[in-house]
Amino acid sequence: MQIKPILAALRRHKAGTVLIALQIALTLAIVCNALFIIQQRLAHMSEPTGIDEANLLVISNQWAGHRSPQEVDAQIQADLAALRQLPSVRDASPSDGYPLTGGGWDNYVMLTPEQIEKTTDASVYMGDEHMLDTLGVKLIAGRNFNASEVMQMTSRQVVIPPVVIVTKALADHLFPDGSALGKPIYSMSSTPSTIIGIIERLQRQDVKTWSKPYAYESLLWPMREDTDGLYYIVRAKPGQLAAAMRAVPQALYAQNRMRIIDPKDGGNYAQIRERIYDSDRGMAILMGIISAVLLAITAAGIVGLTSFWVGQRRKQIGVRRALGARRGDILNYFLTENFLISVGGVMVGTVLAVGINLWMMARFEMARLSLAYVIDGVIILLLLGQLATLAPALRASRVSPVEATRST
Amino acid sequence: MFAYYFELGLRSLRRNPALTALMVMAIGFGVAASMITYSVFRAVSGNPIPEKSAQLFTPQIDSWGPQQNLKGEPADALNYIDAMALMRAHRARRQTLLYGVGMSVLPSGNDSLPVAANGYAVYGDFFPMFEVPFLYGGGWNMADDDRRAAVVVLSEEFNQKLFDGANSVGREITLDGHDYRIAGVTRHWDPQPRFFSLFNTSGFKDATDFYLPFTRALDVQANPGSNSCRGHMDFSGWDGWLRSSCVWATPWVELDSAVEVARYGKFLEDYATDQQRAGRFAWAPNVRLRNVMQWLDYQHVVPPESRISLLVSLGFFAICLVNTIGLLLAKFLRRAGEIGIRRALGASRREIYTQYLIEAATVGLAGGVLGLLLTTVGISGVGLLFQPQIARLAHLDFSLVALTLAVAILATVVAAFYPAWRAARVQPAWQLKSN
Repeated sequence: MQIKPILAALRRHKAGTVLIALQIALTLAIVCNALFIIQQRLAHMSEPTGIDEANLLVISNQWAGHRSPQEVDAQIQADLAALRQLPSVRDASPSDGYPLTGGGWDNYVMLTPEQIEKTTDASVYMGDEHMLDTLGVKLIAGRNFNASEVMQMTSRQVVIPPVVIVTKALADHLFPDGSALGKPIYSMSSTPSTIIGIIERLQRQDVKTWSKPYAYESLLWPMREDTDGLYYIVRAKPGQLAAAMRAVPQALYAQNRMRIIDPKDGGNYAQIRERIYDSDRGMAILMGIISAVLLAITAAGIVGLTSFWVGQRRKQIGVRRALGARRGDILNYFLTENFLISVGGVMVGTVLAVGINLWMMARFEMARLSLAYVIDGVIILLLLGQLATLAPALRASRVSPVEATRST
Repeated sequence: MFAYYFELGLRSLRRNPALTALMVMAIGFGVAASMITYSVFRAVSGNPIPEKSAQLFTPQIDSWGPQQNLKGEPADALNYIDAMALMRAHRARRQTLLYGVGMSVLPSGNDSLPVAANGYAVYGDFFPMFEVPFLYGGGWNMADDDRRAAVVVLSEEFNQKLFDGANSVGREITLDGHDYRIAGVTRHWDPQPRFFSLFNTSGFKDATDFYLPFTRALDVQANPGSNSCRGHMDFSGWDGWLRSSCVWATPWVELDSAVEVARYGKFLEDYATDQQRAGRFAWAPNVRLRNVMQWLDYQHVVPPESRISLLVSLGFFAICLVNTIGLLLAKFLRRAGEIGIRRALGASRREIYTQYLIEAATVGLAGGVLGLLLTTVGISGVGLLFQPQIARLAHLDFSLVALTLAVAILATVVAAFYPAWRAARVQPAWQLKSN
């Protein structure tokens, strides 16, 4: 295949050539970044929580009216006893939050009592001795809390427990040499808390950008929080989540009606995930739609312009055919022409794609575009160009040599 | 002439339906994607209180110091001590502190279950400052603030829920076990984003149910929804917490002139200097005084998703336009023979140029109509793409309809400049000869 005559012909169609190349370049730039955004969001959404999501149910319980802390604590204990007796329930625990709450309590953690600047930031889960079994997290070192260690925290009173359980991520951050068990830590207090257990994994209550450096750094306090409200985390027996979701609110209202169960908070983990990741999912969907439509429009544009060129050059094609060019030669001519334009386009597009990504990194805390996306994008667009050219090129190859003798 | 060219345009569009459909679709999709994402962006980035946004300021005072503050910036709210000091000094024409509270209400009826209500603890100045409209009654005055009155203002929606919309002024309601006399009922008022309450929240939240006096809220020890603390949290009980490093109160002041703004800024500096002198702050004064739009910008109220999707959509529209330039070029030049004849019969270049621009405008109009349809569908489905609190703000109004059509037509005409110019340059002699 001779490239020189193609280039010579392209020089006579500068505008069309530039337009197709430009369109390919811009499409590549946008599609690469869109695919990358989709991948980032999907990766964020698939981060594991480390808990038995399939069987868990979270109830957001707010107390109505006015009660003393003693009354609240007695009610919490009665509620928990009732929940644990339900046939569909395996275990239940009080808590101040749950993985993927979206916000919640986090504390700075220090290694010495005098330290002013934090060593790290940990999501704080308060629960009783049933918390580990309820969440279904795996204890990999040390022991669980026992019932006598569980304390009460009333409103605006910070109680620092003498014992804590931490996640492996937090243990490794605080004590990189792996010696966390038995060590004291300080959570914004001069009172030490000794690490008595390490759990494999427990995601934070928030999954926001600011907490990324502290991902999976959570700690558990043996505590019941007797304030305006709390969460009940309930683990259903396998396959009985639906039954538990019906039975749990009933059991709680049967205990005491003066409470508010917030339907927009908690729920099962399908609901919780849907709520917390709605903007990520939306972003992935939007980028998916835009990429698909964009590729379709670019392909259609190439078909349109190439068809026009074929129409314009019927006579020349006829002459070439009359002079002995075979159909394959004509087909090849148009495919090669498109390939040359596309290569020009993707070269410019690669620069644009990286440029857009760099700008978004500076502006929106985006990660660096991996080269794989650019390569994928280049392959997609080169193939798209060839496919879009195929139909007009086939039509060109069917131009009869007789066309050479016609006047138009 | 215009009508004739318009008709020629329509006729020409019918001649190659495939090419025309392609252009109309490109314009339609491009403009729809831009308009859907723009409708969301417009909703989240707008000025929530245009008449007064330049007069309302939120003061910030760094009570945490350089080692614990937010990378050099003071905390986003005040602790109790600084908040009270600002209120006592009373250096602004109007001033308020506020924080969000959640309380329970028991609707009338024996078998009813308690419901949750979201409100704000505010000072009486809150209502005139933010121009809160009233349906019945009104807010409360400074004397009520001072005597820590048990009064409450309900929102129209909450009044509807509790009293079926009747004038409830003077009646009593019980919030979290305490009784309050209803002083007023606001008309529907929900500025978006909720600029006055951005501490640890997003600015797009569920509707407000009630407002009660800040001083009263402290008396009943109503917990703020959120607080941020530094140092050792070794307080036990409400009073200890009030004196702690925890910040939770958002202050707002109304300052009507540049002179007042400068004077208030000076007052904040002086206050922080006094605190440093008294040994409470071990650092140089670090204060801020931001107005509404500066505060929204600083708090990054516009979600990055909204900006990114708008930018990507605009990029998408640009590609659709490049596509349209190419297709128009093909379409116009295919008719070189026709142009040649018209030129030979006396049409000037300008006339050809005008004719083809009008033809492009008809494509733009068709694209705009398709875009409008897609935008309508898209906005109704925008709940799939954005958080519900944000998605519900996006709506199709007259200005968006007009903008959609105008952008579609204008963009297509601009895209047609080059193809029409090429068409107008067709040499009549050459065309006639080759035919």
